[in-house]
Order: sequence, then C-alpha cells, then structure tokens
Amino acid sequence: MTVRVGPWSVRLAPRALLTGVLLLLVACAVAVVAISTGEFTVPVPDVLAALFGEGTPVAELIVGKLRAPRVVTGLLVGAAFGVSGAIFQSLTRNPLGSPDFIGFTAGASTGGIIAVVAGGSAMAVAGGALTGCVITALLVYGMAFRRGVQGYRLVLVGIGANALLLAVNSYLLTRANINDAATAGAWLTGSLGGRGWEHAIPVALALAVLLPVGASLARPLRMIEMGDDAARSMGIGVERVRAAAVVTGVLLCGVAVAAAGPVVFVALAAPQLARRLTRSPGVTLASSALMGAVLLTVSDLAAQRVLAPTQLPVGVVTAAIGGTYLALLLRKDRY
Amino acid sequence: MADARLYGSDLTLAYDQRVVATELSVAIPDRSFTVIIGPNACGKSTLLRALARMLKPKTGAVHLDGGVITALPSKEVARRLGLLPQSSIVPDGITVADLVSRGRYPHQRLMRQWSKADEAAVTEAMRATSVTELSDRIVDELSGGQRQRVWLAMALAQETPILLLDEPTTFLDIAHQIEVLDLCADLHEAGRTMVAVLHDLNQACRYATHLIVMRDGQVVAEGDPGDVITPGLVERVFDLRCEIIPDPQSGTPLVVPEHRRRVTSPA
Repeated sequence: MTVRVGPWSVRLAPRALLTGVLLLLVACAVAVVAISTGEFTVPVPDVLAALFGEGTPVAELIVGKLRAPRVVTGLLVGAAFGVSGAIFQSLTRNPLGSPDFIGFTAGASTGGIIAVVAGGSAMAVAGGALTGCVITALLVYGMAFRRGVQGYRLVLVGIGANALLLAVNSYLLTRANINDAATAGAWLTGSLGGRGWEHAIPVALALAVLLPVGASLARPLRMIEMGDDAARSMGIGVERVRAAAVVTGVLLCGVAVAAAGPVVFVALAAPQLARRLTRSPGVTLASSALMGAVLLTVSDLAAQRVLAPTQLPVGVVTAAIGGTYLALLLRKDRY
Repeated sequence: MADARLYGSDLTLAYDQRVVATELSVAIPDRSFTVIIGPNACGKSTLLRALARMLKPKTGAVHLDGGVITALPSKEVARRLGLLPQSSIVPDGITVADLVSRGRYPHQRLMRQWSKADEAAVTEAMRATSVTELSDRIVDELSGGQRQRVWLAMALAQETPILLLDEPTTFLDIAHQIEVLDLCADLHEAGRTMVAVLHDLNQACRYATHLIVMRDGQVVAEGDPGDVITPGLVERVFDLRCEIIPDPQSGTPLVVPEHRRRVTSPA
C-alpha cells in the first residue's frame, strides 16, 4: 500500500499498520485498567479529572503520583527494550542476538549491583546500570570487530561476555552484606514498583532522541540483513549504519535497565512476536516498540493483580507471559 | 583504457596482509559482455569485488565515469553500477515482490519510498526474469534456479547500466545455468554492460564478447574468446592439456580436455 502526496511517497504494509493500531489500542486499554482499578478503584472519568488536576486529593495521589507514572514508565521501558532487541536481532540476523543474551543486560546489572553495594542512591544505581551497559557494549563490539563486525561473532563474543558477567554478578552478591544483597537481588529481577515521574521523564527524553534515530536506521538495517555486499552495492555505508545502530540499541537497553532493572525476555520476545503478527520480513522497529510496551505493561498488571495482595516483580511475569505467547505462535509458525 | 566507463589501474588488491594481486590494470569495454575466468584463487572474484567498490585497493584506483569509485557518493554509484554478490541472505519470510523491490533502494529516500518509476522498474525486472507469476511466493520456498532469477530481478530493478555478477551460475544445475546466462545475454543485447565471473570455459566462450583470463593475480590474456582461447593458453593458465574444437552450436571455442588414457577399443 502506497501513500503518495505530491513528490512524496510512503510505503505501508496493511497488516503491519493494522497490527500497530491494535497494539496501540491494547496498550491504551491496559493503561486505563492499570490506572483505574486496584485496591482503590478510580472510575475512568475521575482518572481524567485527576490527571488534569481537577480530581479529589485521594484520586490525584493514587492516579498522578502512584499509578500513572508506573504505567508510563512501563510503556516507555517496554518500547525501549523492544526496539533495542529488534536492532540487535537485525544486526546479528539471529533472535539470540538480543541484549539479554549478548551480555549488555548483564553488564548493566553489574553496574547496578556495584552502585547498590557502594551504597549509592537510586539515581546512582540507574547511572551504574547505564554505564555498565555501555562499557560492556564497547568491549563486546571491540572484541567482535575484525574487518567489520559479523553477526555471529557478535553473538559468540556476547554470549561469552554474558557468562562472565553473570559470574561477576553472583560473586558481587556473595560479597555484599545481607541488606545490600537483598536490595540488589530485588533490583535484578526487574520491577516497576514505586516508579515515579522522576523515572518516567528521563526515559521519555531518551526515547525522544533515540526512537527517531532508530526510525532513520530501519531501512538500511533491513538491507544489511541481506548481507554486507548486497547492502554495500545498494549504496549503504554498512559500517557507519551498523555503528549508529549499535550505539542506539545500547543506549536504549541501558536507559531501560536504568529505569526498571534488567527485566528479562522483553527484548528477545517483542521483536519476534511483532514479526509474526505483522508477517513482515525481517525485524521491524515500530511494531517491536509497540509490542514491547504492551508486553511489559500487561506483565506488570498481571504481576500486581494475579496473586494480590502479594506483589510480584514484573521480571518474573515477563518471562512467563512472553514465553508462553511465543511458544504458542511458534507452534503454528510457517516461517 | 581511460575511455571505458569502468576501469582499474595499477591495483594492489589484498585482504588484510594477504596480497591477491599487484599492478593489476583492467578495463571493461562499454556495452560488452565481459567474462572473467581463471583457476581457483587467481583473484577473479577479488577483482570483481574491487570493480564493485566492495574492496578498497591498497594502491591504484578503480574509476567509474572518470571519477575514483570509492570517492564518489556510494548511493550515486549504486544508480550506475549494480552487483549480484556470490551469496546473499534471503530475509525470513520475504516475498518475491518485496525482495525485488528492495533493488530500488538507491533511487529512494525516506520521504520518497515508492515512486511510480520504482513500480515500473520492479514490474519490468520481474517480467524480464520471468518471476512475475512468483511475485507472492516466499523466496525461501523457491528452487535454486528460481531464487537466482529473483536475485537477478532485484539487481535489474536497480536499473544500472553496468551490472557485475559474481559466479551467478554456482549451485545451479546445467539447465538453470544456461537459463541464467541466456538471460544475461538478453540484458547485454538490451544495452547493458555485463561483467561476470564464471568457472566454465565453454560457457564463458559462448557468452562473452570480451574475455579476461587471469592467473596468480595477473591478466594473462584478454580479447575476443575466439582469439584468446588456444591450447597453449589453457595449458599455461589451468595446467590442462586440451584440444580446442568449434562449438557445434555457436562456433565459439570448445575446450576438450585431453583424456588420461587413450581409448584403445571402441565400446
């Protein structure tokens, strides 16, 4: 399907468009349910009033301070994980090329744990996570580089780094005092509990920069999936695009871990789920973003409600929900 | 040499420290069907990759339309010179029409993703390669011969006056090899400059209007196949003793390798 306006034209796949709209609607519905229901129900009209500062004080506290920022953080972090996963799966031409597997998430965890053990504030933990992610990425990319980076080398080096970093993380936890270890352990599962606007806004700002960059890389990345020579012969600066994509993907992953901890599985599952729903060839960034947002918020809603009043960390649920859904889709896979 | 659109002069070609060719100069005659042949590891694919700017020469330069090819804007080059690499990766689940339309990339921009010219070029490329009926099929599910036609269609959709092909017949059975080469001959007749690396000497002689014979990173001979291919040259280049007879179909040289044992009695 082609939309043409004067000399401009944009190509849209109807199925991808429909999937996008549906995912957007699901995200909105989940957000509304998550904000209005719970131990204290705020009817939907009151939610809107509270958001615009015209509700009762109680509603304003619950909606504006507790629930809305948590949902917004979930949507943004999910989108960041989704796009980051899509970028690395595209670069490595391999679903196992996700940041969860090639050490970036583990590196972010290492940074976070070090900050916890050093007695740092929540902000320091977030900064530690981002730094850990970037340093790991630099090392993995540097070690995988040989006349350009080949996907399988990046995966192999990354898996090695991942194993090493998980060992480091375990070691750090055994050396920490019991309180720090408990704090770090909770953070390591990944959680959206207690997230306020101070978490949501930095992620929003980061995404405002990184998502447009990602969007501009989507078409050349799709060409590179056909092989370096094929892409180069189409006039693409392969190494330049790849470096820009790595930087974008690493920062998205780092920002997401900084805000919610190393939530597993969203970066792996979201692009694969999105691809199967849109039936588009290769990995798509926009639908991966939406799928990541839906996956994380649905998981968080389940984490809060399924065993209420017991609150689970969202990281426990993402694996359960995402894994089941992916298994179901793979069962009837035609690709 | 300098009057050809595409030529390389004084090239040193190397992968990292491994030097494949030195002081290599070669020109591709305009509107020719040039075929590069030579024994394994003689540097023929490396030369083709250098001509297609996939490999930057250590010294010397490849020139396209008077400019140094690696200094020209890459997307601009991609509108004049196309390459069918030896192996490309089929994206999972892609349809024939989608893959062919990716050949339009050098003609597109973020806000001009699908012009009427794009559509016309893709339709024509699929017609020329007879893949129109396959347009909704998943490329992964096609036979090797069909898939190679689809890759060729993608290169055609790029609408470049010069098209380089790196061993386009590898992995194909004999019928599909001929089919692909006939298609290349048609494209040549339609006015394109074609450059292919081939393994089969007889096919090279049949289809080439200009033959480049390489060994050890050097051009040993070049010119019309009828003038170039002699028993002496084949022995010098391939270490193979042979007889040359006219191809009964095309009249071009047909290389018949010497039999190891003389036939003593008729079967």
